[in-house]
Amino acid sequence: MNFDSLLWVLLLGSLLGLELIGKVPPTLHTPLMSGANAISGITMLAALTAIIKAEPNSPLLIIGSISLGFALFNVVGGFFVTDRMLAMFSRKPTKKNK
Amino acid sequence: MNLPDIIKFVIDLLAVLLLALGIKGLSKVRSAREANILAAFAMLLSVIGLLSYYLGTSGIPAQSWAWIIVGSLVGSLLGTLLAKKVPMTSMPETVALFNGFGGMSSLLVAIGAFLFPFNEVAKAGSLEPFINDASISVSIFVGAITFSGSIVAMAKLQGWLSTPGWTQVKARHFVNIVFGVTSLISFIYLISGNVSSIWLLVIASTLLGIGVTLPIGGADMPVVISLLNSYSGIAAAAAGFVVDSQLLIVAGAMVGAAGLILTQVMCKGMNRSLISVLFGGSLSAQTTTSSGSGEYTNITSCSVEECALTLEAANRVIVVPGYGLAVAQAQHTLREVTKKLEQNGIEVVYAIHPVAGRMPGHMNVLLAEADVPYEQLKEMDVVNPEFPATDVVLVLGANDVVNPQAKNDKSSPLYGMPVLDVQEARTVFVIKRGMSAGYSGIKNDLFDLPNTSMVFGDAKKVLSELIGELKDLGVGDK
Repeated sequence: MNFDSLLWVLLLGSLLGLELIGKVPPTLHTPLMSGANAISGITMLAALTAIIKAEPNSPLLIIGSISLGFALFNVVGGFFVTDRMLAMFSRKPTKKNK
Repeated sequence: MNLPDIIKFVIDLLAVLLLALGIKGLSKVRSAREANILAAFAMLLSVIGLLSYYLGTSGIPAQSWAWIIVGSLVGSLLGTLLAKKVPMTSMPETVALFNGFGGMSSLLVAIGAFLFPFNEVAKAGSLEPFINDASISVSIFVGAITFSGSIVAMAKLQGWLSTPGWTQVKARHFVNIVFGVTSLISFIYLISGNVSSIWLLVIASTLLGIGVTLPIGGADMPVVISLLNSYSGIAAAAAGFVVDSQLLIVAGAMVGAAGLILTQVMCKGMNRSLISVLFGGSLSAQTTTSSGSGEYTNITSCSVEECALTLEAANRVIVVPGYGLAVAQAQHTLREVTKKLEQNGIEVVYAIHPVAGRMPGHMNVLLAEADVPYEQLKEMDVVNPEFPATDVVLVLGANDVVNPQAKNDKSSPLYGMPVLDVQEARTVFVIKRGMSAGYSGIKNDLFDLPNTSMVFGDAKKVLSELIGELKDLGVGDK
């Protein structure tokens, strides 16, 4: 991939991010932050690439593995904790129907 | 393009689309939960896309598989464990910790890519080696700041770290500038081929993260976490340049930009600018000496019994929960009190200030956890006109958000901040541990008003006493 096309990707991705959330109700600030935070763990892809491309017995394997661990801690934990928060909101209506 | 390329291309496109829809959906109450699951699915998809691409092309060595499995298992397991165990009240520091680990991941992968290059870059004379080193440096710089800043933020929210007085001196800006300049110099050395300067870059940017976060006061912490969250997106995007992954760049850029918007929204809710949060230092440290001081002259304190008697006679009660309630973990006890009142036919509503709790929206989560019906939570704009028709307001561990100074006193640092007009109600009870000031360190004029009574004590203790008193009065016993 050419560097300049990667820059285009960066620019358009940033613009998309700016447009995605316009008005957020305060209720959702914490869950949104937590969810976006989980997505930032996407750097796990970089860690995976490093591990896959590493030479045999290279220390890069270990560095990549630790990096992958940190990233997945971020991703998996982040999504679960966001879900826990959001579950508390969606629980209400079902309860009222009883 | 051969088959693995096409498959990866399609999967990546789909993952980006789903991630964008996920972030969008997370900003709407109705779709939030599904959106979160959608985003998680998109992440899984992106991993599958990556693995299948390498399986179809170069293959994945057994040794790599082993390290992948070890890393993923340990990381996911610990992450899940923490996510399931942590109490709702500690949500802000949990998000900070997760965020810091994301930054650490980008930092490590960049160090790895620098020390043990795995990309076919070195085309002498072209721009590529430069770009490679530059993206590695950005990834290290932002990743290290995100990590150390988040860890400091977490420690402060946990109460492990306070805001030391010496961090408030103006010289801290100078120190931080030194860290910043050192990072820049080591960056220049690094791209000109000096390998060992990478460690200087790591150290300087880590210290910069600490130096910038440490002086910031507790109330501003959520804004900082949101900003650091945005940084971790940028770090991920930089890592995307290192490993040449468009998906990583788009996702990182999206999180970075969306995080920035969220930070802005949060700042607005607190009536602070991002600049003053970052460089103004702790608000309380500035203001205790200048404005906002002054003694209370007309404090009325009352017993829990009196409070219970007034509540019993009320028709309409508004509860204003705040940080203190979250700290005391009294949301369940509060729910019991309001249940009793409701059984007695008293209308109960919760007034939620945009920044109530320890983080915007945090109070909603806490009250939802305590089974408070969603319809009873009212936002500031909706509830403010209702205060004059209200008999009793219970202020629980909130302070600055109910300070009338924000409306009346132009000289007050709080002036202009949206507040709840609790003083319009017939009677206001403020349940508070002592006369200490709120985050802003500013005197609360509300406490001096004739219709305000203070009930001193820990929120949880007072509320459980209140339950006892209400029981004695026969409230809610059917």
